[in-house]
Amino acid sequence: MHETRLTKPLFQAGAVALALGITTLVLLATGASPFAAYRSILSGAFGGWGVASDVVVAWVPLLLVTSGVLVTFTVGLWNIGIEGQVTLGAIFATWALRSFQGSALDPGLVIAIAFVAGMAGGAVWAMLVGALKTFGGVNEIFGGLGLNYVATALNIWLIFGPWKRPGVASMSGTVPFDKSLWLPTINEQSRLAPAAVGIAIAGIAIVFVLVQGTYFGLKLKAVGKNPKAAYLLGIPTWQYMMASFAICGVFAGLAGAVQVTAVYHRLIPSISSGYGFLGLMVGMLVNYSAALAAPVALFFAALNVGSIQLPIVHKLDSSLAGVLQGTLVLFVLLGDGLRKRLSAKGKARP
Amino acid sequence: MRIELRDIHKSFGPVHANAGISLEVAEASVLGVLGENGAGKSTLMKIISGFQPPDSGSILLDGALASIRSPADAIRLGIGMLHQDPLDFPPLRLVDDLLLGSSGPLRPDRRGAARAMRELAERFGFDLDPDSYVDALTVGERQQLEILRLLWMQAKVLILDEPTTGISLPQKEKLFATIRRLASEGMTVLFVSHKLEDVEALCDAAVVLRQGELVGRSEPPFDARRLVELMFGKEVPQVSRRCAEPGRPVLSARNLCLDSIRLQIKDLELSVCAGETVGLAGMEGSGQALFLSSCAGLERAVSGKVCLDERDMTKSSHHDFKRRGVAYLPAARLEEGLVPGLSLAEHFILSEGSRGSGTAHGVFIARGAAEERATSRIAAYNIKGRPDSPVESLSGGNQQRALLALLREELSLILVEHPTRGLDIESTAYIWAKLKERCSRGAAIVFISSDLDEILQYSDRVLVFFAGRVSPPIDAEGLSASELGGLIGGKGWEAFDRESARAPAPSTQGATHA
Repeated sequence: MHETRLTKPLFQAGAVALALGITTLVLLATGASPFAAYRSILSGAFGGWGVASDVVVAWVPLLLVTSGVLVTFTVGLWNIGIEGQVTLGAIFATWALRSFQGSALDPGLVIAIAFVAGMAGGAVWAMLVGALKTFGGVNEIFGGLGLNYVATALNIWLIFGPWKRPGVASMSGTVPFDKSLWLPTINEQSRLAPAAVGIAIAGIAIVFVLVQGTYFGLKLKAVGKNPKAAYLLGIPTWQYMMASFAICGVFAGLAGAVQVTAVYHRLIPSISSGYGFLGLMVGMLVNYSAALAAPVALFFAALNVGSIQLPIVHKLDSSLAGVLQGTLVLFVLLGDGLRKRLSAKGKARP
Repeated sequence: MRIELRDIHKSFGPVHANAGISLEVAEASVLGVLGENGAGKSTLMKIISGFQPPDSGSILLDGALASIRSPADAIRLGIGMLHQDPLDFPPLRLVDDLLLGSSGPLRPDRRGAARAMRELAERFGFDLDPDSYVDALTVGERQQLEILRLLWMQAKVLILDEPTTGISLPQKEKLFATIRRLASEGMTVLFVSHKLEDVEALCDAAVVLRQGELVGRSEPPFDARRLVELMFGKEVPQVSRRCAEPGRPVLSARNLCLDSIRLQIKDLELSVCAGETVGLAGMEGSGQALFLSSCAGLERAVSGKVCLDERDMTKSSHHDFKRRGVAYLPAARLEEGLVPGLSLAEHFILSEGSRGSGTAHGVFIARGAAEERATSRIAAYNIKGRPDSPVESLSGGNQQRALLALLREELSLILVEHPTRGLDIESTAYIWAKLKERCSRGAAIVFISSDLDEILQYSDRVLVFFAGRVSPPIDAEGLSASELGGLIGGKGWEAFDRESARAPAPSTQGATHA
């Protein structure tokens, strides 16, 4: 196959069309009207100020974890443990807020401490994965997966044990923090915190500059693409892998801290809300480059929020968003693989 | 079974690995197949054993045209191959390893196979227990297992690829006895080797391959000198090679002992002076690569010392060696030396940035300056590429030039694996001009090559490796291609044994101070 400048965009457009096609088939199979469902998702995401701000609320943690996994992807690592790192960030942030709640410290300072604690929590959990890989020979996928379960168990134990509500412990989480410790939102009803949006945008910008414009980022790329050659070129490979885990953990921890301080105002059992895995999908979909991460993450957040309308309006399950997201990632990756295979064949047999 | 090959051709891209090979092997005989690395031996054996099809040509078994499209076809026709690295399954029991290749009923007959295996083992005096595990075996025993498996599969032709590498002397004797016995019972054996003595000891006839062609056939008694000449071709005119007076010692290895799965090197002594070039000769896998990586801090010595400028570096990491002015250029350029996916300019940035602590370069990359520097280096090293060309798009010669261009300005020692493998004449001359320029500026060079001409033409002194044995350093001046070829094939080592105090015919000046 002869590859032109148009080949790649054509394959990607084909992937989007196929993903929509499969999702439509799923909808038809359930007997629902696909167009009505898609319209509901659209209006559920952008049909008003309230839902649109919900999209942004979901976009913030998703963009943060995406920023993080882009760093580990750059160095060639699969940080599946990102879910646990988000959870640990939330736990550490909760711990800080509980510790300083009611103290003489300025509430703003306490929130800042909670964010720093969250970053530290995520980083510790991520570096544990890195240490297991570097010193114990445990593949980061297995180590991360294992630590995800540990993080979930730790979270549940805290909610039902030491940090339980007075009286009866409940799946609804710990006692909400004092209102003074909530990250300020644009108004009383909204959960949209400008500071969190600012952090997320700054985060992806930092990752973009880090990977594209710094010596550090170039060395990360070199390690990711060929660790052996990178080592011979004088780059201390395992230290760079550890550093990328730490950076990714910081971003994951930030996402956890945002969920605790701005969205739920307490620790809940499913605090990571699957944003970690969704962030990995966004990272794969944007082909591991930071430039497109913000809009694609926004699209995914819109799908998530918009699909909340499905059970209400159409008696459909809201997991339809997941079907669309999953098939989209699959077809984009599949298209990429097929394109490379076809063009390689064209070269091998002249 | 009688094998006949007719006009076998096989090309890999521009390389004509087998160029019209015709060959006949009689039933119940052992044919030695000799040739240096890259002569086409392995390609030919892979064609016979079904691993790859020939581009053209035909294979006749007992006079009938055979179509061999896969190893399974080959074994069905009675052709079995014993690979250099035995193709077995370490986590399995011996009997299961035996059963794997057979297409029996759904439930394998384990008991029957174990009985057959015991009988076969007894017949050949192998001490193999069908219920033990493959990973507990030595390389020699794994070979025995493979032979049993092929016999059990009713092989009538046995191809052995370098079977005497990495096995002990008693195991080798047992292997040879087995091969002789099999041949006397009617087995046709193809014995691939680069060891002349093995061929002399075992074979009923020998053929020599060179650059994809069959250049000679010889019957016993073998003339070792003629075989060497056939293997390596004609002697080359000597070129003046000394480019600078050797200065202070840069690298010294003292009583160095190295260990790998395949072989051990004992008590290696070498000292290399500034401005000097030392060539490491030998068949691939004889220990040269192991020694070279230990000089770069990539391989840890079992005992003994590696010193740079008299400083003990035995326990230092590669990056410490790098800081002391050592550069290592691996043979696998794209796999180990360069980073596919990154551009030439990015490689130059990485190599500059890795100098010293790296902090001197600040945080952000100055793309403009980097581009300029890359452009000037590309011009200086005559690389056919642009600063933004990804390295994998460059040709082999240009990749090697790029690796040289990445070297820092001030180096004391350059270690190179196969500096010109796969390069055309022009690139070869260019690479060596650049390397020798470094020598004249005071760097020492140690390089590995399987090309005799390259070793003789560019080295001041030569170290020959043979199955883990290392010769004392030999002055390249008085060394002829046939002598060197003999040493590589294991001939003429008695000279070193007889008198280790007195130097052998070629002198070993400046080599061994304890």
